[in-house]
Amino acid sequence: MHEMSLAEGVIQVLEQSAASEGFTRVKTVWLEIGQLSHVEPEAMRFCFDAVCRNTLAEGALLEIIELPGTGWCHECSKEFAYQARYEPCPHCGGYQVQMTGGDEMRIKELEVE
Amino acid sequence: MCTTCGCASGNARVEGDALHSGHDHHEHEHHHDHGHHHHSHTLDNHHHDHHHSHQHGDHGDLHYGKGAAGAHAPGLSQARMVQIEQDILGKNDRYAAENRARFAAANMLALNLVSSPGSGKTTLLTRTLEENSGRYQAGVIEGDQQTANDADRIRATGVKAVQINTGKGCHLDAHMVGHALEQFELGERGVLFIENVGNLVCPAAFDLGEAHKVAILSVTEGEDKPLKYPDMFHAADLMILNKTDLLPYLDFDVDQCIEYARRVNPDIEVIQLSARSGEGMNLWYQWIEDRHDALLQQKLDQLEAQAAALRASLEKQP
Repeated sequence: MHEMSLAEGVIQVLEQSAASEGFTRVKTVWLEIGQLSHVEPEAMRFCFDAVCRNTLAEGALLEIIELPGTGWCHECSKEFAYQARYEPCPHCGGYQVQMTGGDEMRIKELEVE
Repeated sequence: MCTTCGCASGNARVEGDALHSGHDHHEHEHHHDHGHHHHSHTLDNHHHDHHHSHQHGDHGDLHYGKGAAGAHAPGLSQARMVQIEQDILGKNDRYAAENRARFAAANMLALNLVSSPGSGKTTLLTRTLEENSGRYQAGVIEGDQQTANDADRIRATGVKAVQINTGKGCHLDAHMVGHALEQFELGERGVLFIENVGNLVCPAAFDLGEAHKVAILSVTEGEDKPLKYPDMFHAADLMILNKTDLLPYLDFDVDQCIEYARRVNPDIEVIQLSARSGEGMNLWYQWIEDRHDALLQQKLDQLEAQAAALRASLEKQP
């Protein structure tokens, strides 16, 4: 359950931003989570609720923007929608695939007051 | 650790800050129907619905990660928006970069050994250390939730070992490794082995500053592990198939396993060995030396490029 560590990392970023941006409460957090990243959105929601207690983000809404995975096939020189790391290229069936997008784990923006 | 959800419970700590206490989040209501639905958290002082993004498969299997993204428009309050645009792992990655700079300065090869529990990591390490004691100076960082048993096994070989107990944690992070590094004074061309917590999921996400992740899979496990845990085999540069002395007694299909690993990571190198019988160990020792040479060559190339730039800059002077 590394999502717990990641959620704690989010809170740390919020606390640092509160000092630099001058806010005291976080109402909503938008995360961008790639489909091929190391985060399971459902686990992240669960952990986020848990770690927010007694922090400036107590009761905050978590909105997760899921970003699609994309892969590049070296055989076909084509990009395609890549759902999972063990999937072949849909054009040639080969596995000479490089992930080109979808491993994002970013805090995008906050609604604060 | 909580046995219901695996969460870190009240002991979760990042750098000494207790970040949540209590364990009452389990009391939220969770109704399961098939398809897409919401659940409500009864204990939070607000009431919000989550878009539920797991799906139920044909055999009742739960499949997370296929749901639609939740959408939300900010309310019309006095609140304001703040653009953050920061990686969640940004802090870990900064510590990892510091570790990497320290390894580079010491010409040290750092290897992050990852596997499930019981794959034979510590046996592989102790034999490696014993058989290479004259070739390079080695150090070991041992990660486990509890006990110093593994570090004790390493120290019995005469090699310096530092145990990190992660407590409730499921992985090592770059900050922990940075602290452990303070206890090492490896000479030139040392090799640092970081034995991560036995876990094929969480350590994949955390860069420790290592040159390579090495995934160890024993042939007593299933050959489809690379497909079941693709993130880890994608993150690794080398897969070691350990316990090959047991192959005559098992149905493990080596070729199929390697094919699965290359589906997930076409560039992954594979070494088959038995840390118990010793067969194939030379391939592993050679791999370590080759990777170390490559690291030093890379550094030399960089230094030569810098020297050339400096020389060119001097020659331009009147």
